[in-house]
Amino acid sequence: MSEIREVIIKTDKLATDKYQVNMGPQHPSTHGVLRLLVTLEGEKVLNVQPHSGYIHSGIEKMCEAISYPQIIHLTDRMDYLSAHMNNEAVALCVENALQVEVPDRVKYIRTIMDELARLASHQLWWCVFGMDLGALTTFFYGLRDREHILDIFEETCGARMTVSYSTPGGLMFDIHPNFQKRVKDFIKYFRTKLPEYDKLLSGNVILRERTEGIGHLSYKDAIDFGVTGPSGRASGFSCDVRKHNPYSAYPFVKFNEILDHRCDTLARYEVRILEMYESLNIIEQLIDNIPEGDYAVKMKGVLKLPEGEFYQRVETARGEFGVFIVSDGKKNPYRVKFRSPGFSNLFALNNMTKGHKIADLVAIMSTLDLIIPDIDR
Amino acid sequence: MDIYNFTTLTHNIHTGLAQSFAPWLATTIEWVIVGVAYLLFVALFGLFLVYAERKVCAAFQQRLGPMRVGKWGLLQTIADFIKLLMKELIMPRKADWFLYNLAPFIVIIASFLAIAALPFAPGLQSMDFDIGVFYLTAVSSVGVIGILLAGWSSNNKYSLIGAMRSGAQILSYELSVSLSLLTMVVFAGTMQFSAIVEGQRDAWFIFSGHIPAIIAFVVFLIAGTAETNRGPFDLAEAESELVAGFHTEYSGIKFAMFFLAEYINLFIISAVAATVFLGGWMPLHFGNLESFNHVMDFIPPVIWFFGKVLFVIFVIMWFKWTFPRLRVDQILTLEWKYLLPINLVNILLMALVVLTKFHF
Amino acid sequence: MTKEELISYLTGNFPEAEVKSGAQYAEMTVKASDLHETAVQLKDTAELSFDYVFCLTGVDYAENMGIIYHIESVEHRHTIVLKVRTADRLNPVIDTVSDVWITAKYHEREAYDLLGIHFNNHTDLRRLFLEDGWGFPLRKDYVDEIRIVER
Repeated sequence: MSEIREVIIKTDKLATDKYQVNMGPQHPSTHGVLRLLVTLEGEKVLNVQPHSGYIHSGIEKMCEAISYPQIIHLTDRMDYLSAHMNNEAVALCVENALQVEVPDRVKYIRTIMDELARLASHQLWWCVFGMDLGALTTFFYGLRDREHILDIFEETCGARMTVSYSTPGGLMFDIHPNFQKRVKDFIKYFRTKLPEYDKLLSGNVILRERTEGIGHLSYKDAIDFGVTGPSGRASGFSCDVRKHNPYSAYPFVKFNEILDHRCDTLARYEVRILEMYESLNIIEQLIDNIPEGDYAVKMKGVLKLPEGEFYQRVETARGEFGVFIVSDGKKNPYRVKFRSPGFSNLFALNNMTKGHKIADLVAIMSTLDLIIPDIDR
Repeated sequence: MDIYNFTTLTHNIHTGLAQSFAPWLATTIEWVIVGVAYLLFVALFGLFLVYAERKVCAAFQQRLGPMRVGKWGLLQTIADFIKLLMKELIMPRKADWFLYNLAPFIVIIASFLAIAALPFAPGLQSMDFDIGVFYLTAVSSVGVIGILLAGWSSNNKYSLIGAMRSGAQILSYELSVSLSLLTMVVFAGTMQFSAIVEGQRDAWFIFSGHIPAIIAFVVFLIAGTAETNRGPFDLAEAESELVAGFHTEYSGIKFAMFFLAEYINLFIISAVAATVFLGGWMPLHFGNLESFNHVMDFIPPVIWFFGKVLFVIFVIMWFKWTFPRLRVDQILTLEWKYLLPINLVNILLMALVVLTKFHF
Repeated sequence: MTKEELISYLTGNFPEAEVKSGAQYAEMTVKASDLHETAVQLKDTAELSFDYVFCLTGVDYAENMGIIYHIESVEHRHTIVLKVRTADRLNPVIDTVSDVWITAKYHEREAYDLLGIHFNNHTDLRRLFLEDGWGFPLRKDYVDEIRIVER
């Protein structure tokens, strides 16, 4: 008794203990098998320790045993929502190493596919963000529109998510004859549906209250932690690889890099919404101008990269994705490293959540748009 | 009106029983009949509400909802309920056995206690207290004890956080519920539910009490939604944060009890809103429109009552499927900084309205 | 700075380091003992201000371990590849740069996890993906009889 009294006298209030909660590996809001060791005081988050590796599949090790065209299929499995961008990164890296120039047709189709994948990914992010905040209806609105994109993918690539469409030297197949018409139909359709997203969620008072000023990630921190993609751009960090190191058909199109300097959850939300409009713009500029030509250049049966180190950066839906290949001249790489955006983004979480509530932790994590296989690889 | 009055029916049953049996036996039989009737009603209406929620939510989300079991999926909730009945009851090893098992019963008993005071139709009310409103606000807050016990005894931190949130939330919003009801008590001049309904024969309170009544109604809807732990105030079981909140560790029929209690509470809040603000089982009457009023009288009071209840339930479901969830500090801010002061001012306003007789 | 300007600037200012032009980026190889000092200079020199590490790779070169840093300057938009080799392969040790670039902290943890490279002065050097006691799978001599099928 006297001990308790002492504590009360010392702190001038009722003593409360810190406690730790394991969020994950099975938890509805970690969207996969991420484990967060959260230290709490009441509802207040004091510390967040991410523990990853529950879905580590050793993709980098596997790559050392297989040939370059085969690596493509593994990259689908990392960030499954940006599967096409990941494919493209490897394809571009190998093409650069071999100094192969792909036809313009390939570049255009790759860029259109990139943007479609980005749209699909942002749509899914939007659904899940609503769900994490407790607005379950958004989930079905987002999925409704995403189906259209996946159908287009299915028709052209034969797969809905793990597309494996870009290969070194070009594309797996030519586009489906319906492709252009369907993409144009989709753009027309989605231009009417995108304002619905704003109506349903963006203008909501509760959403504004829940996100404004929450999860501040300063400009400096964004660079220090290497937070890229929409999350980084919402902190004013101009990190769009499409702008700074353009690849494929990005040099040919006009688009804006969406930057926001408010640094909070709402900014990250709005950057993604605006990026969807930009993606639509990019596709619109390209879809009617796909040049005629081959969909792939003839490559050797066995690809052997020259000795050396090759790096390729692309912009996926959640940030900068990099492929680093160390080659010793054989048909399989000596070392492959994937720089995944989720990995760097995840570790900024602790910095952003300190002092906020549990509910904010969920919202902040959701705006970082983490894909766990992307982190664990 | 009288053809729909249940008083004669209940009276006949009573006299019939009293003639055939000893007085104590007759009373016991009456108790059993009333108990069974309430149990049946609650079970069936609870199942119906679950079905309705799924269909309403499906409509908001551009889907069809349950369609496979029975016509339009009508039997889906029954199938679900049977599944829940047959599920294994799992208890965490270090849970407090007694409190863990007691909690669902407290929650559901509190709901049953509250439902007893509601008038469904003329004569169809089991207890007509003269302090009905007071009794209802008293028993409806018993349920929070069950929720706190469930969270505490489950030996799970998520449950505990959920229970604590629920405790803070329900205790705060109890104030607003009571005060907004009190506003209407000031207007009605009575706490007896049957008298409140009777007072709305000419015009429902939400019309006759005009501005303060409408304010009280809105406040009551918000606070009532918070009391039932439903979205956007479903912090106690916030899925994306606390897995399932206070009932994370419950399975099978014990989970079903929490689930059912949530829907009964939804019904109670809607029924109280319908009774106090929308005239209960009273038909819609407009001052001097004799023929219109007469037509309205032909619709049975039970239908009026359930129509209004279902309307309020629909509005509450509408909230849930549209809004994101609030944060715990925002939910308390909303109550203590906005709803409570509004309510207190509103009571004064209502008192002024009553004193100056500035009402219809 | 363009790549050529960068290379001439680096050659002038880092006499100890070996600067060359790679296929894509300027490449600079430093001695392990100079790494931390070089990192501080790269970040703090106003003309360079390399502040954004976008990739940190550990490579098992049969005789030693290499660590390759891809660093960009957000202000000047130039990129450098910083390379360093450890002295020993079996017990590779290198100074951490996590106090210079925060993000390196986690990339270094990954390198420690998969290659067993020990980073001096790292505040939180733990396994990231794998359990304690697991081998270092990205080393070339890593053998896992159950999971790796030799072809």
